[in-house]
Amino acid sequence: MSAPALERRPAGRSIPLLELVRVALEATAANGARSLLTTLGVVIGVASVVVLVSLGDGVRSFLGEQFAGLGADLIVVQPGHTETSGFGPPLENVQRPLTIADSKVLAQRVPSVVGFSADLVGGGTVSYLNRSRDVMVAGVGERFWEVRGMRVEIGHPFSADDEAARRRYAILGHTVVHELFADENPLGKTIQISGAPFLVVGVTAPKGRMLGFDLDDLAFVPVTATEDLFNRDFVTEILAKARSHEDVGTAVAQITDVLERRHAGHQDFTVHTQQDLMGTFNRIADTMASVVLAIASISLVVGGIGIMNIMLVSVNERTREIGVRRAVGARRSDILAQFLIESVVVSLIGGIIGLLLGTAVVLVAGLVLPSLPARLSLWIVLLAFGFSAAVGVLSGVLPARRAASLDPVDALRYE
Amino acid sequence: MSAVATVIECRALSRRFRMGEGDVWALRNVDLSVESGEYLALIGPSGSGKSTLMNLLGCLDRPTEGRYLLDGAAVERLDDAELADVRNRKIGFVFQTFNLMARQTALENVALPLVYAGLSRAERRRRAGEALRRVGLEHRVDHRPDQLSGGQRQRVAVARALVTRPALILADEPTGNLDQATGREVLGLFDELHREGATIVLVTHDPKIAQHARRRIELVDGSVRADVRQPEASP
Repeated sequence: MSAPALERRPAGRSIPLLELVRVALEATAANGARSLLTTLGVVIGVASVVVLVSLGDGVRSFLGEQFAGLGADLIVVQPGHTETSGFGPPLENVQRPLTIADSKVLAQRVPSVVGFSADLVGGGTVSYLNRSRDVMVAGVGERFWEVRGMRVEIGHPFSADDEAARRRYAILGHTVVHELFADENPLGKTIQISGAPFLVVGVTAPKGRMLGFDLDDLAFVPVTATEDLFNRDFVTEILAKARSHEDVGTAVAQITDVLERRHAGHQDFTVHTQQDLMGTFNRIADTMASVVLAIASISLVVGGIGIMNIMLVSVNERTREIGVRRAVGARRSDILAQFLIESVVVSLIGGIIGLLLGTAVVLVAGLVLPSLPARLSLWIVLLAFGFSAAVGVLSGVLPARRAASLDPVDALRYE
Repeated sequence: MSAVATVIECRALSRRFRMGEGDVWALRNVDLSVESGEYLALIGPSGSGKSTLMNLLGCLDRPTEGRYLLDGAAVERLDDAELADVRNRKIGFVFQTFNLMARQTALENVALPLVYAGLSRAERRRRAGEALRRVGLEHRVDHRPDQLSGGQRQRVAVARALVTRPALILADEPTGNLDQATGREVLGLFDELHREGATIVLVTHDPKIAQHARRRIELVDGSVRADVRQPEASP
């Protein structure tokens, strides 16, 4: 009995975190199956957060790339005013369609754009010999190709003369060519579009998919020819491309001004820019994200309640252990920390399992559905850990307080 | 041994419990002095107040009235955390049911009080190894309680009580869960510790076990009825 007496541990100094984590891991491992089942709620919650956020992230970047493909300076004019504001009596219906004439006037009076293209889009059946295919028929203006950033790979685009003469010429997308002509050269061949004969004068360069829509599964014809084909005297939309990114605002103002004058002072049309569209999609993505988080939080709350429940059981079962620890010198704060850490450890284990599960789902989904744009990123991992740690702390407070408040004498006497 | 110090000094110690309608005095005006190196048995039938007195001596509980000086320091008014620290540094408990941590090795069990003393891991292992050697279990360091016999478990518990070098060892029916032979073995260990100068308070209902102590205090109805000293002799 010769060693120095023990110093008093300073008030407020807790025992090392490592020690607490070790005890927590031991206790968790001792109840393997029970602990695992307890964490299930957190596992599912974290896994769904990982999967859905990865998916949302992927969709967002996918859309970003898609819109970038559209060209940042694209301006779309559509009939009808979609952004109304304020209340009041419904206005008389003064909606006027957009016409080719509108686009010609715009082309004369709006200098801040590269060009305009009035487009009339409809469905049609394209056939050649005994093959036929239902495709989108796009009547396009002369400047369509540069405005829309597309290219005619073989043959030549429509001329101003083709448009004025309402010639039945067609430029086909790659998919259409492949389906109708296989390996045959389509140039100079006559095809039927919804029963009317059209001469194939070109093939577009492959453009791929855009928002799930195959841009190579199209038949382009002069917009005047679609007017005849669909028996319309108005167009679906007028596209324009600003001269530069800085010109987009000016162009929108000028287009609005010119069209308003032509439409007797009524703004019965809408001018969208690529940024508007992106903003809309981002808003949709944000809404989706909040819904996802709401659903995941429900699962995490349920998981948290599960952990709280099992921690209360654990405190009850280990009453005597708590008594012994108090007898040999544990302060209330030591017991509080022990059970709080244990709750966090249990929850974090659930979080890690959920993270692995979610990652596996994302990877497998990527293999099975390559077109599904899912992306894992570091912040999802951090989010998963943050969520599970928070759930652990919140659900551990009550059990830990109960453990710490036990009277040592009563706890030691507990059978 | 140098100048004899007083380890326990109780003056008019009383403890009242609230029970339904009325109050019950489990302990009334107990005066008790125990000097360093004494081996004392606290005996009495159940309900005599010996558990209550043990809880007070062990700083697990606070008296309703009276004074208690432990190792020269007044402890009757300390707060919860301070009492925990006093238990940690000055008292070593030995329980009837051993109360070891089932998932931890003998060494970790013995080192438990040192965790709460804030010692480093290396220092804890060193001191715990020493304490286990003292009780003759140096070959069972890495065994868990379920790999030890009852007598060995209680010796691990004794090592845990010794590891902080406390002023007082409080043993509550330490042989209650052991057969006669292992019970004698553990009592022999207490005898050895006594010879080395440890201050021991042994709580028991069994007069034969109380024979091991040099002094017997008998409690009846919450008061000291007898305080008998017997000369140093072999048991």
